[in-house]
Amino acid sequence: MTTAGVRATARIEAREDGRGGTSLPVLEGQGPLALRRVRGSGPEARVMLVGAMSGPLGGDHLTVEARVGPGARLRVGSAAATIALPGQAKGEARYDVRLDVADEGELHWLPEQLISAGGSELSVAARIDLGTDARLVFREEQVLGRVGEEPGRLTSRLTVRRDGRVLLDQELACGPGAPGGWDGPAVLAGHRALGQLVVVRPEFEREQPAARPLGEHAALTPLAGPAVLVTALAPDALALRRLLDAALSDLT
Amino acid sequence: MSRAALLVLADGRFPAGGHAHSGGAEAAVRAGRITGAASLEDFCRGRLHTSGLVAAALAAAAALGVDPVALDAAADARTPSLALRVAARRLGRQLARAARATWPSAELDALAREFPKGAHQPVVLGVTARAAGLGPEDAAYCSAYESVSGPASATVRLLSLDPFDATAALARLAPELDVVAHAAATAARRVLDEGVEVLPAAAAPLLEIGAEAHAAWPVRLFAS
Repeated sequence: MTTAGVRATARIEAREDGRGGTSLPVLEGQGPLALRRVRGSGPEARVMLVGAMSGPLGGDHLTVEARVGPGARLRVGSAAATIALPGQAKGEARYDVRLDVADEGELHWLPEQLISAGGSELSVAARIDLGTDARLVFREEQVLGRVGEEPGRLTSRLTVRRDGRVLLDQELACGPGAPGGWDGPAVLAGHRALGQLVVVRPEFEREQPAARPLGEHAALTPLAGPAVLVTALAPDALALRRLLDAALSDLT
Repeated sequence: MSRAALLVLADGRFPAGGHAHSGGAEAAVRAGRITGAASLEDFCRGRLHTSGLVAAALAAAAALGVDPVALDAAADARTPSLALRVAARRLGRQLARAARATWPSAELDALAREFPKGAHQPVVLGVTARAAGLGPEDAAYCSAYESVSGPASATVRLLSLDPFDATAALARLAPELDVVAHAAATAARRVLDEGVEVLPAAAAPLLEIGAEAHAAWPVRLFAS
């Protein structure tokens, strides 16, 4: 018997409500992707992504789309880590994130970790399109394997465009079947938690934070545009989060 | 076209300044991640399949005649480390000087005018291959090989590693060099129809992180 994977798309649309706040005219979950509006502060709307089933499993194709209109402010988090697991359906699972932030909109995308469990095969892709004066904080954390477990196969692509021009394009492949050397001294060197933090602010056009190492296995670097990237490796998810939180609070 | 032009271009003695760069090996040696021939080979393998593949695809696309300005922007987006972007442009400028003297061409002149501070080295390498009458596979091979030969020869100096062991490591990587050069040339041909976004974007976090650490050292043997 073959089981088809789950296909589900969740959609969020945030708009400036004209009274100094942000409304959510679209907030639609589907299948394993449930969305909840939670209490926000000031002009910002907050949304929590709640996993209503385990997954993604092999063969699943999940998509989350968020659009932030001009002047709107949205913060998205998730209630728990996402765990990629092997499924009954053949083939890899896909998890796509499409984020659009219009001119003068602001998005904070701060979900919990993605854990690549042994035997899973997952391809994640985040595509972010920003308007000229859009602001972004985007965090992505991956944990390779649960405690004491070999990781699954994980491919992760992150593309950030601003004004249609590509600001950042990165792909990382790791786990069984990934191209050679992925766990070696040039790529991960045995680290099992990796993260990226992208911060885009129009004021970086005038003054960009300087490149600097953040300890031995992390660094902040200005991109070729008004943005910085923090890349961090750590032994575990907790140490990784501490690094990224410290880097973010240094920027504010 | 002369096949021997590839040997001239790929020769480690081609005066393009590459010997001053370690391809991240100096930072990895200092951090204790490269300690001998086996870890050097694993370092080179990781570099080959990540930044080596990206560089080879950029070079192959430039050799096919894809717009160097678009390729240079694609290289920027695929090189988040500022230290690595600076190194790539410096190497590009040095290569452009050597290439214009070796294979004079209007395209190389135009590239130097467009990027007075240097374009990304793989882009210049591809335009150079074109000026030398070489094709996209040649450019891809040349770039992919540089991505591993640089760290190997730097490690010989940094660790006093036996040069025979370093060369044997490179020879063992040869089948994977074939795979990477082929994948790079294939991706480059897709760029003609689909644009630069189909270029590979394989990243190596420790190369990026190590480059920023290395750039902050007060004294170092290699420029990157």
